[in-house]
Amino acid sequence: MINSDLPVVTIIDYEVGNLHSVKKAFEKLGAQVVVTQNPKVILSSQAVVLPGVGAFKDAMESLKRLNLITVIQEIVRRQVPFLGICLGLQLLFEESEEFGVAHGLSIIPGRVVLFRQGQKIPHLGWNQIHLVDRQNPLLRGIPENTHFYFVHSFYVIPADPQVVIATCSYGIEYACAIYWKNIFATQFHPEKSQKMGLRILKNFLTFVEEKRGQVHGNYSSY
Amino acid sequence: MLAKRIIPCLDVKDGRVVKGVQFENLCDAGDPAEIARFYDSEGADELVFLDITASSENRKILLDVVTQTAENIFMPLTVGGGLRTIEDIRNLLRAGADKISINTQAVENPSILEESAIRFGTQCIVLAIDAKRRDVANPLEGWEVFTHGGRRSAGKDVIEWAREGVARGAGEILITSMDQDGSKTGYDLPLLQAISNAVSVPIIASGGAGNLDHLLEAIQIGQADAVLVASLFHYREYSIDQAKQFLKNHGVSIRL
Repeated sequence: MINSDLPVVTIIDYEVGNLHSVKKAFEKLGAQVVVTQNPKVILSSQAVVLPGVGAFKDAMESLKRLNLITVIQEIVRRQVPFLGICLGLQLLFEESEEFGVAHGLSIIPGRVVLFRQGQKIPHLGWNQIHLVDRQNPLLRGIPENTHFYFVHSFYVIPADPQVVIATCSYGIEYACAIYWKNIFATQFHPEKSQKMGLRILKNFLTFVEEKRGQVHGNYSSY
Repeated sequence: MLAKRIIPCLDVKDGRVVKGVQFENLCDAGDPAEIARFYDSEGADELVFLDITASSENRKILLDVVTQTAENIFMPLTVGGGLRTIEDIRNLLRAGADKISINTQAVENPSILEESAIRFGTQCIVLAIDAKRRDVANPLEGWEVFTHGGRRSAGKDVIEWAREGVARGAGEILITSMDQDGSKTGYDLPLLQAISNAVSVPIIASGGAGNLDHLLEAIQIGQADAVLVASLFHYREYSIDQAKQFLKNHGVSIRL
């Protein structure tokens, strides 16, 4: 039974990566979670999460095979609150240089590129983030230089620097969290980043509740 | 800055933690899920489970244990021990492991590294190597790879095997010194240096930690990216926080 007072988070299951850890993190925070690849369910969601680890090209092929590319584009067009995590951030962009050039969801202009020589790849472990937009709803209560858990070999270069809300330094300074029209995305794994990671997910839920409040005109009841 | 990682390691047999874990505040010191939760609350950077279960029918118990453990921790979990097939790996990842560590099977069938890296990504494939000095007194003689829990020589050179493993898709190397393991006299620093110089992926140092200086040496001299620690934490000689404070005070990049 879905309790209408709690936000319902839809996690897109496109058969890559460890969805379970994202699910249980949201559940720990009191959200109800639906894990699905059903386009109808996704299209009627209050909030959508696109997690993922692994290869960019394989992920795009899975989304294509499951007919989810247009579904995600439609969700974003409707400005349903959206959270991409790790590969789920990279897929939002236009193309990746992973194994040749692979095309992404092309929702946010920009490219995905490999870390250059001189650093260990993958960028793996706990690294600090630098807050670019302290006012962003996703970053509420997150102090400057907080450590988050990263595992990735590629990073995004958004065409518009305005979408960058936090950066991380690993040889170069790159975008590790972005926001654009109700789309949030992090290169790090909040679900693996203990207390501060859960705070990020909580912030996303709060944003979802606020949006819902605005739509229904009963914000005060939250 | 990227922080050096402190990783407690639990040996799990038939679903229970073996080797003593002595925490007064645990109800059940043999329960992997409970110990994992404790280390999560203490601020461990990751957790490693090594399954030392002998029989294959008990693999299912391991899956249940991983599921229960993953349920309540919010940090990366690596599981290793006795993995044979891609299906074994898939099942563990589904159960909630973030990374899997392969040792014997990678030596016997190296293509499992490529196959698993292609399917699951290099970031979740840890190559575990058990290394033994050819001459205990002279690291210049190099190290030999051992398998089957250290019982059998693989007839391979450790540094060459590390390079090959990374080329085949390992995203991280967990290097255990069999000479130092259990000695509490420190990590095999020449081994760590040799591996660090040979490959470009992160290195987890294992075997020999007896005090906090040993952790510092592994990081500063051995150039390890992470240190695996078992008895030092299990017997409460030091807390994770003490270890982290110590390393931070000595200039190591650490997440507190």
